[in-house]
Amino acid sequence: MLHIDLADQYRRGSSRVHRLDPRVKLAGAVLFIVVASALPAGAWGAYGLLFAATLVVAALTGLGAGFALKRSFVALPFALAAISLPFTVAGRPLAQFGPLVVSVEGTVRFASILIKSWLSVQMAIVMTFTTAFPDLLWGLRALRLPPALVAIVSFMYRYLFVLADEALRLMRARASRSGAGAPGRRAGGSLWWRGKVAGGMVGNLTLRAFERSERIHASMTARGFQGEIRMLATPVLTDRDWNALVGWVTFLAMTALIGFVF
Amino acid sequence: MSWINLLAPVRLHIPDGFLSTTVSLVGWLLAVGAIGYALRQTRGQLGSRQIPLMGVLAAFIFAAQAINFPVAGGTSGHLLGGTLAAIVLGPWAAVLVMTAVIGVQALLFQDGGLLALGFNIVNMGVLTAFTGHFAFQLLKRILGEGRTSLLVGGALGAWVSVMAGAAATAVELAASGASPLGVALPAMAGVHALIGIGEALITVGALAFIYASRRDLLDLGARAPAKAAANWVIVGLGIALSVAVFSFAASPHPDGLERVAADAGFLGRALGPVYTLLPNYAIPGISNQVVSGVLAVVLGTLVVFGITWALARRQRRLGA
Repeated sequence: MLHIDLADQYRRGSSRVHRLDPRVKLAGAVLFIVVASALPAGAWGAYGLLFAATLVVAALTGLGAGFALKRSFVALPFALAAISLPFTVAGRPLAQFGPLVVSVEGTVRFASILIKSWLSVQMAIVMTFTTAFPDLLWGLRALRLPPALVAIVSFMYRYLFVLADEALRLMRARASRSGAGAPGRRAGGSLWWRGKVAGGMVGNLTLRAFERSERIHASMTARGFQGEIRMLATPVLTDRDWNALVGWVTFLAMTALIGFVF
Repeated sequence: MSWINLLAPVRLHIPDGFLSTTVSLVGWLLAVGAIGYALRQTRGQLGSRQIPLMGVLAAFIFAAQAINFPVAGGTSGHLLGGTLAAIVLGPWAAVLVMTAVIGVQALLFQDGGLLALGFNIVNMGVLTAFTGHFAFQLLKRILGEGRTSLLVGGALGAWVSVMAGAAATAVELAASGASPLGVALPAMAGVHALIGIGEALITVGALAFIYASRRDLLDLGARAPAKAAANWVIVGLGIALSVAVFSFAASPHPDGLERVAADAGFLGRALGPVYTLLPNYAIPGISNQVVSGVLAVVLGTLVVFGITWALARRQRRLGA
């Protein structure tokens, strides 16, 4: 929830995965997630193949086969959103707790959703950890995202750490002015008062952000900015990139086939 | 109150795997349309300021989401930011700012999925910006310009925007077969009715601060183009709704809904004490759990709106 842990997730490296063109990595990760999402519930064999693929790709990055696995539990709390499925989907009974009946079909669907989500997160982690964010943005633009949108996201990334620091300073100031009560006793005033203080901090940050953007715009204009961000010509994909992409798509197509047929 | 702790992590960032492929694609279509239109609108509004202003303010929303305050029982109130952005910048600029925030959260922090990003942008970016904007405009029309209408409109807009995002998330999960609507809607709406109060408090605090120190900034949002917006958003909502209804009709597993109705909603019973006004978040006498869940959300919104309106009338009479 608190993203002030803003260490960029990118890990430097020179593995085969690191050296792939960002466009290939983006397309590959998105295709993987699409296939995982489209697979029917209970296609355990196909899920196993996809999981094996995440392990192989993670091992190829040189960061260790388990590194994506270790970080892949971020989406787990959302499982609560689907937790009623085993009880609400009609089907053969598996177990009974008082008035609640757990059905086989419901449990299969719930487990499938969790596995799909977990596989998708792992592939997204591999992409983020092996691609520097500026390269990722370059890839997005080369894949025909609107240049203005990519430029906005680039600016956001550039000033993310600056504004997060400002937010941290505000929170440190609040903490140093607030006495912490004895354990179990609430510090600070009423809910209304605490909300107002937090709101004032956000308002303060709004003004700082606004005025910073005005200064940035003035200095950009002074250097000749006219509203367009230009980009160098996009290099062509190498043979290695094409081979990786074709191999990956073939694997995903076969996995999808196995998932739908068997 | 321990169930709030339990459900608090269920925020609006949907990870991949929970939405079906069809639903995800519909979300992307809606998001692409909204972003494309927003890019053109803000370009006209801001000119060469568009890129630096939107970029820095997106970084601001991202940082502001980390500012929280303790509420009760270990939960904390924090900001989503769509309404604040919509009031300060106008709704279309807010759509862009929120898109950048949600996109970076997905790409950089795996907070929300990539395939689910389309609906995450629609839920937390487009819907929050426009419900916030409309609520704010409505209050301004009732109360006229001024501090009261700004703060009351901001509070109403913030609360309604969080509820709209939560309700939309529940509908999308249900359309994907990830949770029956009769469970998802009351659970999401119930939790976010409280989260929305935190959003409203922070939004009001921030607006009061800006009003006191740099009132001129608020003109930017007031002058922003939004007339054409209303029709677009209504069309978009219409599409989203009809798709949701259509996917229910076409769903290979329509079983969940009847089953919940038969089982009398165990989650609704567990959450019982919270909804003393509307027992089990359902209106007595209406048998269909889903219909009555939807009605309860609508009714809740109307009640909040009525209270706000009455307060606003009273304020104006005192002020006059």
